[in-house]
Amino acid sequence: MKFLTTNFVKCAIKTCDSSLEAFPLQYSECELVQEEQEFNPEFICHMLDRLDWQAVIKVAKDLGNTSLPPNKPEDIDPIMEDSQAILRDLHTLLVETRIVEGKMICRNCEHIYYIKNSIPNFLLPPHLC
Amino acid sequence: MSRPEQLAPPEVFYNDSESFKYTSSTRVQHIQAKMTLRALELLNLEVDSPHFILDLGCGSGLSGEILTEEGYNWIGMDISPSMLATGIDRDVEGDLFLSDMGNGVHFRAGTFDAAISISAVQWLCNADSSNVDPKKRMLRFFNSLYASLKRGGKFVAQFYPMNDIQTENLLNAAKVAGFGGGLIIDDPESKRHKKYYMVLTAGQSERNINLAGAEMDAPETTKKVNRKLLKKLESKKEFIARKKETMKRRGKKVALDSKFTARKRRPRF
Repeated sequence: MKFLTTNFVKCAIKTCDSSLEAFPLQYSECELVQEEQEFNPEFICHMLDRLDWQAVIKVAKDLGNTSLPPNKPEDIDPIMEDSQAILRDLHTLLVETRIVEGKMICRNCEHIYYIKNSIPNFLLPPHLC
Repeated sequence: MSRPEQLAPPEVFYNDSESFKYTSSTRVQHIQAKMTLRALELLNLEVDSPHFILDLGCGSGLSGEILTEEGYNWIGMDISPSMLATGIDRDVEGDLFLSDMGNGVHFRAGTFDAAISISAVQWLCNADSSNVDPKKRMLRFFNSLYASLKRGGKFVAQFYPMNDIQTENLLNAAKVAGFGGGLIIDDPESKRHKKYYMVLTAGQSERNINLAGAEMDAPETTKKVNRKLLKKLESKKEFIARKKETMKRRGKKVALDSKFTARKRRPRF
């Protein structure tokens, strides 16, 4: 699962829908992999608008990266030369970093979702459906 | 036609051997690719701008591969672990999730620009265990999907309904969730190539769905004709024509129709 995806996944349980705690999930015991991917500046810019930067920081902290700036980078243009470096960094963080194994815990209901083989398991036991 | 949804739940039916068979069959690959392209055509997304797409029931990523080829970034969801494992083996680009559509789409509000689903939604119509209610699952699915699409987001789902009731139920659930849109049937005359596409929009969007070549087919209203009323309304000429017609049908000899038929005879001096 890409780092980017962590910014969108929330708890699947119905009772957590209205809770603010259900997003972002808490990540623990994660195994990360860096994998080279094609650099697409337009896509990063497109996704940057809808990223929840606080969640990005929170998840990065869970995964052991505390060097992120506290504010979302602004005024980014995919064509401009001077924003290329930031876009590259974002690309490495969001797209090339993948979680292969690990646990995701909902901060509201404390349900644990496991990630195995980079596939998160969101199947719910019958009593939670 | 075989219907896998009548045999077993999806996570059971698509086991290792079945998912291998499904994914390696060139016929299936061809059909899936064709349907994915058609779904994208219906979605009518802007070219040259990136999009983030959700693929519901992505399976082994046959439809996802097309999405990657077309330059979209996507996330896939499926309930069958074997299918996903096949997808991992094939090195698909998108992120895969093992999850059940009927339990909702577990993504934050406004995540996706669009969503597609190829040959998957019909599984929602089945109750695979005694404690599930298909109606509730459909509603949960459409409600959460509506939330996870951005405003003006579009959803195109190709599916194989077993009967009209299933189609109606799915469309009703979508309507209740707030989606606008309807059903498109490709090749309606052909029994084998007939394909159903549910085309839904979440709110108004600037770019409409591409409906080129679609014909409107409003449900036929077969109003019961009141015979007595019809008889009252018809003119003398129509009355005679009708009587002559019935007599002809009974095999009686009837005067030929001409321009003088049912004309009034003028009084002769």
